[in-house]
Amino acid sequence: MRLFFILLNRELKAFFYSPVAYVVMFCFLMLTGTNFYIAVSLLNRGPSDVTVVEAFFNSVPSWICILLVCPIISMRLFSEEFKLGTIEPLMTAPVHDWQVVLSKFFGALIFYVILWTPSAFYFPLFEWVTKAHAAWSPGAYLGSYTFILLIGMFYISIGCLASVFTSNQIIAAILALAATILLFLFGLVSFFVLNITAAFRDLIGYFSSIEHMAGFSRGVFDTRPIALYVSATALILAVTYQIFQSRKWRM
Amino acid sequence: MIKVENLSKRYAGITAINNISFQVDRGEIVGFLGPNGAGKSTTMRILSSFMPASSGRASIAGCDVFENSLEARSHLGYMPENVPLYTDMRVTEYLNYRAALKGVRGRRIRERVGDVKELCNLKDVENKVIGTLSKGYRQRVGLADALVHDPDLLILDEPTIGLDPNQIRQVRELIKNLGKRHTILLSTHILPEVEMTCSRVIIINKGRIEASDTPQNLLSQLRTAGGVRLEAKVGNDNGIEILSKITGVKDVSVEKEGDWNTFLLRVDANSDLREEIFRLSVERKWAVRELSRRKATLEDVFVEITHADA
Repeated sequence: MRLFFILLNRELKAFFYSPVAYVVMFCFLMLTGTNFYIAVSLLNRGPSDVTVVEAFFNSVPSWICILLVCPIISMRLFSEEFKLGTIEPLMTAPVHDWQVVLSKFFGALIFYVILWTPSAFYFPLFEWVTKAHAAWSPGAYLGSYTFILLIGMFYISIGCLASVFTSNQIIAAILALAATILLFLFGLVSFFVLNITAAFRDLIGYFSSIEHMAGFSRGVFDTRPIALYVSATALILAVTYQIFQSRKWRM
Repeated sequence: MIKVENLSKRYAGITAINNISFQVDRGEIVGFLGPNGAGKSTTMRILSSFMPASSGRASIAGCDVFENSLEARSHLGYMPENVPLYTDMRVTEYLNYRAALKGVRGRRIRERVGDVKELCNLKDVENKVIGTLSKGYRQRVGLADALVHDPDLLILDEPTIGLDPNQIRQVRELIKNLGKRHTILLSTHILPEVEMTCSRVIIINKGRIEASDTPQNLLSQLRTAGGVRLEAKVGNDNGIEILSKITGVKDVSVEKEGDWNTFLLRVDANSDLREEIFRLSVERKWAVRELSRRKATLEDVFVEITHADA
């Protein structure tokens, strides 16, 4: 465990030593700020049954941010090490493979959490300015950010998997992007395809990230999506670990 | 310290290492010599647990590099070829990180990092970002990294590649000093270095071990090596024919420069035929302006052994 934390520390430093981190943070903040503006403007048009929190998190710009940022922050995790050859001193030090994989995953996840942290100021700011509530209950804030964490975990694990396949960061990013967008669209199938049975529609509903986000941003802690995302993340990380280990046999 | 038994490594269609076996005992400095593509780096990567062998066994300090990989790695300080480093970290920071990763704890990290920085002359660049360092310094950081946890065994893959002569000399001195306390296996193309620093030489070619002995023994076993250089005015004599008749002369070649002929004689390894050549020159009334002996070097051994199959 000690080694895991040493590796994790190095991963976080690696993020912040690279200019990519600052560019991503800046652009992300611009996007979330714009998103907030758009959300409030839309609500200004007339009465609505969505709260500011839901309008902010379950909106097009927000989903675009999530879908784009996860592959971008995870593309370099393994690919860069393979390309530079620094995987060699890493793997010849007395560390376990699982420590390496998990430290990279959690490093990216912590960076992702740092990216979203400033958005938490928008709602108190809104409430201070308008003297109105941004959500019906405090559970909404907790729910929204929990879901942001869950979906981030899942998409970053996909990014890790894509990264471990190749030493080319662009390929890793494209693979991760394609996979996350396809998975996201899978949850929207019921909007595109009309002649499906009600049972199938329900089934898709369980996988629909947008529906999950809607629920969580109202403060509804449905354990089914939690189980889905945690287990899916674990599965993908397990596959990542296997592929990482198998690399040395394919050299 | 290192025991390799029947080690083989096959890639798609290529056999990089073919059934090699060797041993390195504690306290030895062993030079691993071979042409490019001979299998030196592959062997070292297998020993450092970076890649697994296709067959055979290897162990470091009694720990199998595949079954007991973690323990084997903790006994080893490995410096890969081309020394890959994190270019975004500073030198001290990087060494602290590597020391922690290799199991050095607490206050010992600062001590050990200080020691290796001293040893590898990194004090003046300790706060510089690694990406801004020259090749020589990066090589030293790599060496410091290998040493930071005070391992029993050092495996260095081409430690002096790309360095200028001063830096090579410094690294060579360092390796010699390290050899007093550590066991070292290093690979190199720089043959004079091997003669100067190594107690034993293993010559590998096309995945097989061709020779494994002390440099002196290898030199004395060489079939034809060394030579005599004679610069003389021979007039109308057929210098080559006359010189070839001396017993012990394997062959003679000549270069003419005006009146002067430069003869290069290849002679038996342990014989010194200069006196005889001198007497012959006096007898034939040749004017001699140079008569010198070229001692056999490891390069001759290397070339002879590795070209024997070619």
